[in-house]
Amino acid sequence: MGVAKYIKNEKDEVQDVILQSGLHIKPLYTQKDLEEIGFDPSKDLAPPGEYPFTRGIHLQGYRSREWTTRQYTGFGMPKETNERFKLMISHGQTGLNVAFDLPTQMGLDSDDPLAEGEVGRVGMAVDSLRDFEVAFQGIPLDRIGAGLTINAVASIMLAMFQATAEKFGFKKDRVSATPQNDILKEMIGRGAWIFPVKPAVRLIGDTIEYSMKELPRTNPVSVCGYHIRESGCSPVQEIAYAFQIANTYIDEVLKRGHHIDDFVRGFTFNLNVFGNLWEQVAKFRAARKLWAINLKERYGAKDNRSLLLRGIFGGGGYGMTKAQPENNIIRGAYYALAAALGGAQTTALCSFDEAYTIPTPRAALLSLRTFQILMEEIGMRDTVDPLAGSYFIETLTKQMEQKIVEEMKKIDEMGGMIKAVETGYVQKEVAKQAYEFEKGVQKGELIKVGVNKYTEGEEMEVELHEYRQESVQEQVQRLQGVKRERDNRKVVQLLKDLESAAKEEKNVMPYLLECCKAYATVGEMTKVFKEVYGEFKEPSIF
Amino acid sequence: MEKRIRILVAKPGLDGHDRGAKVVAQALRDAGMEVIYTGLHQTIDQITQTAIQEDVDVIGLSIMSGAHLPICEKLMREMRKNKIDDILVVVGGVIPKRDIPKLQEIGIKGIFPGGTPFDESTRWIKEHIKNR
Repeated sequence: MGVAKYIKNEKDEVQDVILQSGLHIKPLYTQKDLEEIGFDPSKDLAPPGEYPFTRGIHLQGYRSREWTTRQYTGFGMPKETNERFKLMISHGQTGLNVAFDLPTQMGLDSDDPLAEGEVGRVGMAVDSLRDFEVAFQGIPLDRIGAGLTINAVASIMLAMFQATAEKFGFKKDRVSATPQNDILKEMIGRGAWIFPVKPAVRLIGDTIEYSMKELPRTNPVSVCGYHIRESGCSPVQEIAYAFQIANTYIDEVLKRGHHIDDFVRGFTFNLNVFGNLWEQVAKFRAARKLWAINLKERYGAKDNRSLLLRGIFGGGGYGMTKAQPENNIIRGAYYALAAALGGAQTTALCSFDEAYTIPTPRAALLSLRTFQILMEEIGMRDTVDPLAGSYFIETLTKQMEQKIVEEMKKIDEMGGMIKAVETGYVQKEVAKQAYEFEKGVQKGELIKVGVNKYTEGEEMEVELHEYRQESVQEQVQRLQGVKRERDNRKVVQLLKDLESAAKEEKNVMPYLLECCKAYATVGEMTKVFKEVYGEFKEPSIF
Repeated sequence: MEKRIRILVAKPGLDGHDRGAKVVAQALRDAGMEVIYTGLHQTIDQITQTAIQEDVDVIGLSIMSGAHLPICEKLMREMRKNKIDDILVVVGGVIPKRDIPKLQEIGIKGIFPGGTPFDESTRWIKEHIKNR
């Protein structure tokens, strides 16, 4: 949601508008506002493709390159996911965004007792290389990039992806994976964490360092303000926290003796699109500028390509409602507009039925069509950064920028993001905001159409994605088959090697690759890490 | 003075989406209840043991992954085994309408899909504790 609060008088005239980030909107903006906030076109508004990139990272915007569309897909068993991938590609989707089931996200094999009831439910089940071979069969991995929505075990899944690509004959310097690989945001907002903060961050360092040398087209980290926003924070905090998380990963790699320009190009961001349209557009423009400044001033990056904030702007899950679900189609279109006006490189949308269920094919296609209509029918490719120079948008962009800097400072003063997460500061802040927000909706201060205004009484039912219990059996059988057929002695030895590497704090990626190739399972590799690293304990925030 | 209701807010299973659980925990506390939050990734056994140790009046489960039916069945079984099935169980989260009768059959009395007003769920809990 994140719609603004409107203060009205008895005649229903709007007296004040307060955005979720706390900024007040004026009824009229003029040149004077730009002067008051210190807007300097020479500093704030270089042409697109030039520092500080407020106007975009490409000179020609969407003229030179349309955005990549990457609907979040994956459910059931690898074969079903493979079929959905192919369906979406046949309809013009240009990238993949793989959803994994919860056991896989938590490093558990499909036959683990803790996985009961969850195998293949919210994403695809992956136990071993065999599953990736099925899921990516027939996908041109040298042309279609794959986002892998996996975090705690992202290192394992990246190795698995490389092993798959090699098996299919794609060169490792031709394939492009984008593992989400942002564990700090899991600890703040999405909850799929396993290992304690420090070793978890070290694993991310390993994937970045490894990709730099071995997988040059891979973006090893996608830093997610997205989920923190879904969990309750404001758009300003979304960017501030994402940047401070990114800085933590940067510091992890720098301390290994690498230069910022050698790896930071592999960073992408995953940012949210729901809420007040102007606030989102200003947020994206401010974020692009601040990221460039962060890289240049805090880290001394010299290469212009290091300064670019690239990312997927999309989703909008929390804006979608269960009530009157068809309204979500309309919301999705506006959210996609926010992403386009904000200059997204890649996009995805939550489907209209997602507040209920895993998206049905019809719903997933509607999201894809939404992007296609925006780009090909209504003019989003015409010109770059079309809102630039607007008194309102430029003022708001500056205001958002200042607030993001303030919020980043709070984390710096606390000693950085690792501390802020270990003590539970960010989690507490996010939970508090979520509660205030919910109270606002329930009191009717924040309008949500169909929820607290223009309600229709009885809720309509939507078509639900069916969870097939019988396919779990197939998955477990495949896993057992793999364990029977592989060279078990070799697997045991490779897992021992992995354990030594983890203990000695070597980069674990080459060891994981060997394990994956020998059909070691995700559960087996995770178990090694759990024994060496231990497990994360949530700080108590109540 | 009336005894304060003790409620265990629990996140069973592997799902980590805890916005709802944390928001509801704050609302229950503001409604005068004593709230114990389990944190994430709890097994049914852990939840049952915490409920016994903390001597709670209510267990509130928050489930978003779609696995509410098997999880609730398992909890009720475990509670009967431990002879604590007098504790009131409520569930919230992503619950499709068609599953509500099935949950009631399992023995879940209070079902609060996402978006249920705080007043409604807290009032329901207070009334059902009073009537026991």
